Amino acid sequence: MRKAFAPLALITAVLFATAVLLIAQAPYESTMGLVQKIFYFHVPSWIGMYAAIFTCGAASVLVLANGSAVADRFAVAGAELAVLFGASGLVTGPLWARKAWGVWWTWEVRLVTALLLWLVFVAYLIVRRYGGPGSEKLAAAVALFGTAVAPFVYVSVNFWRTMHPLTTVVPTLPRTMGVPMAVSALAFLMLFYLLLMLRVGLAERQATLDELYLALED
Amino acid sequence: MFVRTTLLVLRKDFAIERRSLEIFVTTLFFAVACVLVFSFGLVKEGRAPTDVAAAILWIAIAFAGTLALGRTFERERYGETIRALLAAPAPRPALYVGKLLGVVFLLAVAEAILVPLIGVLFAAPFFAKPLAFVALLAAGTIGFATVGTLFAAMLMRTRSRDVLLPILLYPITIPVIICGVRGTAALLATPADEPMAIMWLGILVAMDTVFMTIALWTFETLMID
Repeated sequence: MRKAFAPLALITAVLFATAVLLIAQAPYESTMGLVQKIFYFHVPSWIGMYAAIFTCGAASVLVLANGSAVADRFAVAGAELAVLFGASGLVTGPLWARKAWGVWWTWEVRLVTALLLWLVFVAYLIVRRYGGPGSEKLAAAVALFGTAVAPFVYVSVNFWRTMHPLTTVVPTLPRTMGVPMAVSALAFLMLFYLLLMLRVGLAERQATLDELYLALED
Repeated sequence: MFVRTTLLVLRKDFAIERRSLEIFVTTLFFAVACVLVFSFGLVKEGRAPTDVAAAILWIAIAFAGTLALGRTFERERYGETIRALLAAPAPRPALYVGKLLGVVFLLAVAEAILVPLIGVLFAAPFFAKPLAFVALLAAGTIGFATVGTLFAAMLMRTRSRDVLLPILLYPITIPVIICGVRGTAALLATPADEPMAIMWLGILVAMDTVFMTIALWTFETLMID
């Protein structure tokens, strides 16, 4: 991983630069105008968050099943990235809503459940931080519940009549908007992957260091 | 074996509680205090808005429920009886279900007092559609207690468990509370919107099933050591 890091980082940087150019080139949406372009960052943020959530969820299942230390590192990294990408989604959303709906926030199902989902992973990190020894498994259970709720949040807009655009918007975009969207999403996913590997690597080094300290004391 | 263990755990908790009434009295008092706090916040010129009763009921249940959950396991920890309970040659999920039933039963008794109280104080016709209302209340309470019992049990060994329980519990159970509030509000509307309430009930039952499945599996693995 350490060798592949530099080229991957370069590819991600190029993707982000391309995405910005493509977004600038994309046509203005007829009713919302310029502000619609936030969408090219808003949706990929949530895509990144979902990738992080499912990483954390899958790793947590392994943690619960056999107490794997490797899986635990992926779970922590996933939860932290879920909070990071979720924060990006939660910031870009209101910026768009202020122009499109006239309010920063509205209490409807999609927004509330998305906020709650984000809070579940904040709770995960709080437990890890303050729960003391043995909190990994407890946190893993929290992650499992969060992962179980995540698909409901995604489809919630289709069940309730809400102001939030439906999940059908992205797959049916015209090509002029679809391509910038896809490149941006890919850039966010690459960023997610890079950060995940960095964080897992950091956790590995911490574990090695802890072992060395223990060995020194013996 | 499973049912027998479940009932034994339930009977044990019930016997302790019947003698001391500690959790019941504190939980109920806290719930009533919650109702009063909200009424002070919401009443204008001597009258409460017509649609707040559903929200107040569910918030009182959620807050009081957290208190009850914490106490239920604190008692086990304090008496160091949890070790004996876990060492017993009984299926772990049965212990969980027993504890869960105890909490649900306790909350049900508290609700039996809370509902008429809120109904009178806020002029809310809770029993206009008794069947749908009781079903909503039951499904919501079970959903809340399912997650709550699991986390309260797991938090027993952690530091700062009193703080962590609400932090873990609320983000996950707020969807349950939202469904309960929306469903109850639909029943309280004039005229009562029963199809809407049934829809929320359906979501509640779906969530209960998912939560119960995860809880039974994780309790087994988490309580091993």
